Amino acid sequence: MGFPHPTHPKENPVLSRHFGEAEARSYDGWVKRGGYRALEKALGLTRDQVIEEVKASGLRGRGGAGFPAGVKWSFMPKQKTKPHYLCCNADESEPGTFKDREIMRWTPHALIEGCAIAAYAIQAEQVYVYIRGEFTEPIQVMQAALDEAYAQGVLGPNAMGKGVRIDITIHRGAGAYICGEETALMNSIEGKRGNPRIRPPFPAAVGVFGCPTTINNVETLSSVPHIIERGGTWYKGLSLSNPKSTGTKLFSICGAIAKPGNYEVTMGFPLKELLYDLAGGMRPGRKLKAVIPGGSSVPILTAAEAEETLLDYEGCVAKGTMLGSGGMIVLDDTTDMVYQVMRLARFYAHESCAQCTQCREGTAWTVKILQRLLNGEGRREDLSLLLDLAEQMTGRTICVLSDSCAAPVVSAIKKFRPEFEAYLRNGKPAARA
Amino acid sequence: MSGQTHGRTDAPAHGGAGAPVAEYEPVFVGEGRRRLDAILARYPTKAGALLPALWMIQEKHGWISPTGMAEAAEVLGLTAAYVKGVVTFYTMYHQHPVGRHFVQVCTTTPCNVCGAEKVGEAFLKATGAKRYGETSPDGNWTIVEVECLGACGFATPVMINDEFIESVTPESVPALVARYA
Repeated sequence: MGFPHPTHPKENPVLSRHFGEAEARSYDGWVKRGGYRALEKALGLTRDQVIEEVKASGLRGRGGAGFPAGVKWSFMPKQKTKPHYLCCNADESEPGTFKDREIMRWTPHALIEGCAIAAYAIQAEQVYVYIRGEFTEPIQVMQAALDEAYAQGVLGPNAMGKGVRIDITIHRGAGAYICGEETALMNSIEGKRGNPRIRPPFPAAVGVFGCPTTINNVETLSSVPHIIERGGTWYKGLSLSNPKSTGTKLFSICGAIAKPGNYEVTMGFPLKELLYDLAGGMRPGRKLKAVIPGGSSVPILTAAEAEETLLDYEGCVAKGTMLGSGGMIVLDDTTDMVYQVMRLARFYAHESCAQCTQCREGTAWTVKILQRLLNGEGRREDLSLLLDLAEQMTGRTICVLSDSCAAPVVSAIKKFRPEFEAYLRNGKPAARA
Repeated sequence: MSGQTHGRTDAPAHGGAGAPVAEYEPVFVGEGRRRLDAILARYPTKAGALLPALWMIQEKHGWISPTGMAEAAEVLGLTAAYVKGVVTFYTMYHQHPVGRHFVQVCTTTPCNVCGAEKVGEAFLKATGAKRYGETSPDGNWTIVEVECLGACGFATPVMINDEFIESVTPESVPALVARYA
């Protein structure tokens, strides 16, 4: 449901069905809503059966990369020679994205259940839920739910009375976007600076504390109980477009829109309907200018492109962008593209871990060049300089933070070039030029 | 944030309202030590407990002083230099004393297009803090711009200390400030 708005008839609330119901946060309230049946069922299956079910569902990572979850789990060693770990990525920091926060605030037991099922499947006894430090309320709600889950014997040395050990620990971040990158997240859990690691080795081989590790996003893990309970085939059938994008997805929609919030729809839902039907369309008197559809790290869509886009992994790629985290930033005709792109670049410059030169220097210089453009001090060669810089920042670093800064810059210059040129010519925005 | 300072607008003002540290009261004794031991039981290495330990220090002292870093290093078998390296990586750990109330206003793009910069300005005006990162003369308020608080649908989100407040407008700022005064 589009919390805080009532559920729209076009939504398909699976994960968000109980958003807004305070009682669903408690163990009893959750059990009353069918909670922990999936965990009970999973613990009665073999680990391979659980993994096969998730593979069959077609569930793909909801954090941004879209990697098939079941396949990721199957990379974990079958023969356990060291401890295995599961990390839940709850470091939600991608501008435009605020879905995991709502899952943790309203349905903490859904996440606990998903974590426990995944931990069983990959033979992990310890789960770290890495929650960003600013999420004080989700941390409190999750901790209270964990305490209850332990008290009820759901977790601990004999989880659900099935003789399996499953511990879940909240690890609070301390203000670093980069810790949402999986290898940086693992370093942060180890008590290190959150610098991403070079891969290979991949986490399934050498992850947190040097042991085999799987990292999944909050929304991915919260989808797992539904798949176990209702079957992978049921989940795979949830698609309006193509068999590669299955299930439901929470879309966060924000910026210049009438009803910002989270809306859960079946994969393949038209972006146009999300904008105008579910989220109430533009504010009075305003026109759509652009949408950044997958959190801020993906190429910008023009209004025309956005209105033709289908919300699934392939549909976004077909329009030259990415589904990412599903955080939609809506920009209207009053938006100064040059200024907002500078703000985005500033975000990445601030959040760069500064390990790689291309990123440390590239993000900072992107901001400086855009700022001088905004100050009316732009140079003729600045646009080509920005594009050249972006090329140097793409595909050349340990992680993709630098690529993420380049994507909106390049697409904005390509699609809204007259606005940049107006600053070059007149030192002011196009509208006032 | 991370090891760099360029582009930052929220660097704490050095020597701002910071009172000199009198006597450092250790964090990891008695109940604090018990809490740390419970945390240590959750990690296979002592260093794994570093982030939680740093949170405990900040909870008690309001910031993480060199003495605090040394205490964390001591109890976790690390060097003070290593701990400093970690502290300086994460924006939420204060390396300098801040005002009694620490306010973070999100001004990243989604909130920015909803008027977040005006919310930040309203906080500066209502608290008497001269600029971002500089503590107000009475030592009560430090206002910073923060990058994306992850509540973009509830523009503008603001954190005052540990309280997360949604949908703040320039008009609602004076009442919020009065509530904390």
